[in-house]
Amino acid sequence: MTFLGMPTAPRGVGHLRGAEPFPVAARRALADSQLRRNLGKATSTIRAKRAAVVGELPDWEQLRDAGEAIKAQTMAQLDRYLEQLEARVTERGGTVHWARDAAEANAIVAGLAAAAGATEVIKVKSLATDEIGLNDALAAEGIAAYETDLAELIVQLGQDRPSHILVPAIHRNRAEIREIFLREMGDVDPALTDDPAALAEAARLHLRRKFLSAKVGVSGVNFAIAETGTLCVVESEGNGRMCLTLPQTLITVMGIEKVLPTWADLGVFLQLLPRSSTGERMNPYTSMWTGVTPGDGPQQFHLVLLDNGRTATLADRTGRAALHCIRCSACLNVCPVYERVGGHAYGSVYPGPIGAVLSPQLTGVQDNASLPYASSLCGACYDVCPVKIDIPAILVDLRARHVEESRRAHRLPGPEAVSMAAASWVMASGGRYRAAQRAARAGRLLGRGGKIRRLPPPLSAWTAARDAPVPPAMTFRQWWQQEHGDQP
Amino acid sequence: MRIALFVTCLADTLFPDVGRATVSLLERLGHQVDFPQAQTCCGQMQVNTGYQREALPLVRRFVEVFESSDLVVMPSGSCAGSVRHQHAMVARRVGDERLARRAEAVAARTFELCELLTDVLGLDDVGAYYPHRVTYHPTCHSLRVLRVGDKPLRLLRNVAGLDLVELPDADVCCGFGGTFAVKNADTSTAMLADKMRSVLATRAEVVTAGDSSCLMHIGGGLSRLRAGVRTVHLAQILASTQAAGPTRTARPEPPEPPEPPARAEPSARAGEEPG
Repeated sequence: MTFLGMPTAPRGVGHLRGAEPFPVAARRALADSQLRRNLGKATSTIRAKRAAVVGELPDWEQLRDAGEAIKAQTMAQLDRYLEQLEARVTERGGTVHWARDAAEANAIVAGLAAAAGATEVIKVKSLATDEIGLNDALAAEGIAAYETDLAELIVQLGQDRPSHILVPAIHRNRAEIREIFLREMGDVDPALTDDPAALAEAARLHLRRKFLSAKVGVSGVNFAIAETGTLCVVESEGNGRMCLTLPQTLITVMGIEKVLPTWADLGVFLQLLPRSSTGERMNPYTSMWTGVTPGDGPQQFHLVLLDNGRTATLADRTGRAALHCIRCSACLNVCPVYERVGGHAYGSVYPGPIGAVLSPQLTGVQDNASLPYASSLCGACYDVCPVKIDIPAILVDLRARHVEESRRAHRLPGPEAVSMAAASWVMASGGRYRAAQRAARAGRLLGRGGKIRRLPPPLSAWTAARDAPVPPAMTFRQWWQQEHGDQP
Repeated sequence: MRIALFVTCLADTLFPDVGRATVSLLERLGHQVDFPQAQTCCGQMQVNTGYQREALPLVRRFVEVFESSDLVVMPSGSCAGSVRHQHAMVARRVGDERLARRAEAVAARTFELCELLTDVLGLDDVGAYYPHRVTYHPTCHSLRVLRVGDKPLRLLRNVAGLDLVELPDADVCCGFGGTFAVKNADTSTAMLADKMRSVLATRAEVVTAGDSSCLMHIGGGLSRLRAGVRTVHLAQILASTQAAGPTRTARPEPPEPPEPPARAEPSARAGEEPG
């Protein structure tokens, strides 16, 4: 990269890119009828729960406005709040590390775990550590990472990838989970049934020994309070709290956008998050800690502040709103695209509508060029977002950025660019437009019985499953002229 | 009132009956309709596909053509949404603040048909007659960009003879999404299959909506299935009267629809039952 005299924010690396474009991965997912059943059932259940608990709050829209305003104000002064957070955490006995990208963050965590003499770490469910591929990086250093969130455990045991922000194993049903446990757990009762309580109990027994023996816990964070240096994790199972309190050393990896200015701000987000996320009024476990408390909990605390493309995202006026995301996953659960293809097709640890706007910004849009188009722009995501991220507007903006960057890179225009330019040229002139309408009427020749059953590429993608209308004998404007003459 | 019609390029070229119905409805209600013939397209397809530079001349043209009109109506929630939420943005992207201001001024006088009827003209009942079993699909952009709410349903409930059936999961996208239907054709088809299942479950003869584009998508799928359910634009229903009957169509009407199947099998690839 050419040095232009300005510091360049690093691009995100890690689990943010898919091996194949979205439409290709989606086609395979759509063919999996079991997957579609699992997703349809899970998302419709959680949609209904969310709608019910959100409907209970008369001031929900004001809460969303407050959430949006707090996030926008925080992002406008992010540098200040991060330095304030660093100062408070350090005052309270913690150590703060700054990581420009995934590779730096992984090296910091692996070094800290090795220094603590650990060959095993236990983990709280964390997207940031999924994003940087921490488990693989630790394994390369001879350190085994154990996921303790039930769904993350299912994914880890199944040597699978998460497919949902909140419910990483949403693509699995009970029978599949039982099968994974029987195959991978080793110490499991062979008579295990697929009863959810029995599956949870098997996981509990499996994890208990790890909780009691591990020297190091690793977590992410939902919120960090700049004015006090307090970190906050919300969860449902209590396994997170075990990891946060039992080991001697706690290492927390936090995306820099997670900071909130004041303690009072939590009051807004602890109302918005559980209702949007699990469809509960309040989540069962909310853990908060500030530095180190002598004689109570971990005696070594490290906070790793992760950039990995976030500063670059912050630089874009429209796209920066994607950093407001609190990872509730409400947008996934209402998205008609996500519901049908699942999370793996997005290629990144951030799937669904928010992933389609976040991943391309973290990596640079050319590295995730198919994601901004993975939406029909139906707008359901914007309506449920607890911090009012206008995802459709960012998608449209990212599409424009993709086209402009391709143009600047002097790539030859593809058939699409040519057809868009041609359509614009035609539509910008009344005469050319009427000539094109005459040409379209030639399409009448393709019609059979009032419909067109096959069109040439790229419109063959349309006629694969849909008939196309036969152009009428007379356009509207011809009819108008016939009725009203040529006056404008 | 004098109302300028932006017919939309799609209706002009492929669905002229929708434009004719809009004209006949507004004239029946005592208004004068203008059709500025220099109009072409709002540029939404270019904007939503990433080609904002190509959309700029279309935005400028729209502004120039309709700047002198007091009221602009269009039989499309999607195009009205583009005029209201995208035109100024396209101008600002190239730093043309003057054009952006002019676009905002025109957008403030631009209405989708149901908005015009209920909000501007104050009507819930347009005196229409349409003796059919009808289900209404609220298109995404009328629902979530324009926020038309129940305005179309209020108008439909007052149509004499019309048997309005509620569409299950009505607010879910049909999968059209402009170039999405071609770029992500498989996902679009899966969404369409579920929408068609909902339509068929209503046992309606007609599915209606405020956008020709979504109706072209749903209708294209239903036609391929030979499902016997017709798509008819809301303007055509509201324009129909007992005296005149439904607005004439350029194409022959299909014969009376057969009984819809009790359970739809939209396509082999995308027809699984939901869980």
